[in-house]
Amino acid sequence: MAIDNETVKRVAFLSRLRVENDKIEATKEEFNKILTWIEELNEINTDNVEPLIAVNDMPLRMRKDEVTAGHCREDILKNAPAAEYDYFAVPKVVE
Amino acid sequence: MSDITKLTAFDALEGLKKKEFTAVELTEAYVRNMENGRHYNAYITECADKAINQAKEADKRYADGTARALEGLPLGIKDLFCTKDIRTTAASHILDNFIPPYESTVTQHLLNDGAVFLGKLNLDEFAMGGSNETSYFGPVINPWSKDKDLVPGGSSGGSAAAVAAHLCAASTGTDTGGSIREPAAFCGVTGIKPTYGRCSRYGIVAFASSLDQAGPIAQDVRDCAMLLNSMAGFDDKDSTSCNLTVPDYTSFLNGDIKGLVVGLPKEYRPEGLNAEVAAYWDKAAEMLKARGAIVKEISLPHTKYALATYYVLAPAEASSNLARYDGIRYGYRAEAQGEHLDELYIRSRTEGFGKEVKRRIMIGTYVLSAGYYDAYYLKAQKMRRLIYNDFMEAFKQCDIILTPTSPITAFPIGDESMLQNPINMYLNDVFTVSVNLAGLPAMSLPIGLAQNGLPLGMQLIGKPFDEGTVFNIAAKLEADAKFERK
Repeated sequence: MAIDNETVKRVAFLSRLRVENDKIEATKEEFNKILTWIEELNEINTDNVEPLIAVNDMPLRMRKDEVTAGHCREDILKNAPAAEYDYFAVPKVVE
Repeated sequence: MSDITKLTAFDALEGLKKKEFTAVELTEAYVRNMENGRHYNAYITECADKAINQAKEADKRYADGTARALEGLPLGIKDLFCTKDIRTTAASHILDNFIPPYESTVTQHLLNDGAVFLGKLNLDEFAMGGSNETSYFGPVINPWSKDKDLVPGGSSGGSAAAVAAHLCAASTGTDTGGSIREPAAFCGVTGIKPTYGRCSRYGIVAFASSLDQAGPIAQDVRDCAMLLNSMAGFDDKDSTSCNLTVPDYTSFLNGDIKGLVVGLPKEYRPEGLNAEVAAYWDKAAEMLKARGAIVKEISLPHTKYALATYYVLAPAEASSNLARYDGIRYGYRAEAQGEHLDELYIRSRTEGFGKEVKRRIMIGTYVLSAGYYDAYYLKAQKMRRLIYNDFMEAFKQCDIILTPTSPITAFPIGDESMLQNPINMYLNDVFTVSVNLAGLPAMSLPIGLAQNGLPLGMQLIGKPFDEGTVFNIAAKLEADAKFERK
C-alpha cells in the first residue's frame, strides 16, 4: 500500500505537524520504505489470532470516584506558556 | 584513599556504613567527576547543590542510626523521570522548560530509601532512538571511544555512559525496545528491564505505554538487584502496575544453577551473524554448562517479525501519547501563533519536536488512521500475540533464555548508513524488542571485548516476574566472564 503526496499532507495535518513542500517527496519515499518493510508481516496468516493488547492479563482496578491530587492550581500553571486569571491562556480563537 | 567513585554501589554503601568516608565526600567526588566529564555530555541538568544537601542529610542519618537501604548513594536519573522541582526535558525542545510539580513513583521510592540525585541524564528524544543522537541536547559520547567518538547506544545513553565513566554510582533507565540493555551493552555496564508491571510508570514521560518499563543501570549484577529492590513495587497510580510481592533480588545472587535449563533460540543466529558475537555467545553457554546448567536449542519462530511489529505498535502508541504536547498547558509554545488554534498546535509541535519523533508520530498516526488500522495496527497486535506465544512455548522447555544483546558493538557518532536509512538503525534492536512485546524481564551484562576493543553484552531473558532466576544466572556469568570495567 504505497502512499502518495496527498496522504503525506493529510497524515501531517492529523498529526498537527507541518511538512514543508520541498520535503513532501522525500517524506513519502521514506514512509514507503518503512511501510514496505512492515508489510513483511503479511507473510503470516493471523485470521484466527486474538490481538494482544496487554501482556499482563488482569482486569483494570476500580477506585472510588474522588479527587486524589487536587488543589494545586498554582503549581500546574507555573508550567503554562501563558496563564491569566488562574486559567491557561490561548490566542483569541472566536471572532 | 583510592578513588571512591570506582566502587560499586554496594561497596560504596558498605564504606558509608563503616564510616570509611562520608556521604558528602562521596557526593563531592562524583560532582568533581561530573565537572571533569562534561565532554561526555551525559547530563542534561546537574543538581550538585541539591545533591550535597541530600548527602548532608544522609550523614546525619548515619550518625543517628536511621540510615535507609540506599542512604547517601549518588545516582543519576534518566531525564524521562519526572522529578519534583527539577527540570525534566525528555531530551526534547518541547519540554526544555518543564519543571514537574510532582515526583515519579520510581524516583520517589529511591528518595524514600535515601538515594542522592546528582542530576538528570541525557537520552534520545522521548526515548526514541538507539544511539542517543536524537537528543535535543546533542549526543552522548561513549566512554570507550578511542580515536573516534562513538555512540553510547540508546535511548538510555546518558545513563549507561555515566555509570561507565563513574559520573554516578548507578542510574535509572527506561526500556521500550532495548533502551536499557543496548546502551548497557555498548558501554560495558549492566542493566535490567524488569517484567512489565514491576515498576510503576507513573511520572515517567510516556513513549509506548504497553511496552515502557523502568529499570536500573549499574556497575554489576548485585548493584542492579539492590536498586531494583527499591525501584519495583505496586503502585495504585499506574493501572498496569502488578500487585505482587517484590522478593529481595539480592537473595538470588548466590543461588545454584545446577539443572537449570538455558535455552538458545536458533532464530537469533541468522546467516551472517557477527562471528565474534556468536563466539562469545557460545562461550557464555559453555560457562553455564560448566556450572551444571543444561543448555539446549529452542525455537522462537516469529522472531523475524518482531521488529516490524514493534515499529507499528510503538509509533502508534507514541502518536497517541505525544498528542498532549499542544503548547497550551505546558511545554514549548511557538512565538508566531497564526490565525487558528490549529496553527498554534502545528507551529509549536513542528518547532518543538525533533526529526525522529516527528517521523514516529506520523507513522503512528498513519497506522491508526481510518482505513489502515486493521491492515497495520490490528495486524501488529495479532503478531504480538504470536511472538508472546513463542516465548510461552519456549519456557515450557527452559528456565531462561540466553542471547547476545546486540548484533554489533558501539558505532561512530554520525554513522552515514544509520542516518541515511532509519531501518538500519532500527535493526540494532533485533535481539531486544521481542522481550518488550512479550513483557518479559531481561538483563544485559558485559561478556568481554571484541577485537576492536569495545564491550559486547549478553542478554538473559526470564519468565514473567521471574527476575530472580535472571539475577541468579547473571551473577554466575559475571563471575566467570571476569569483564574488566572501565
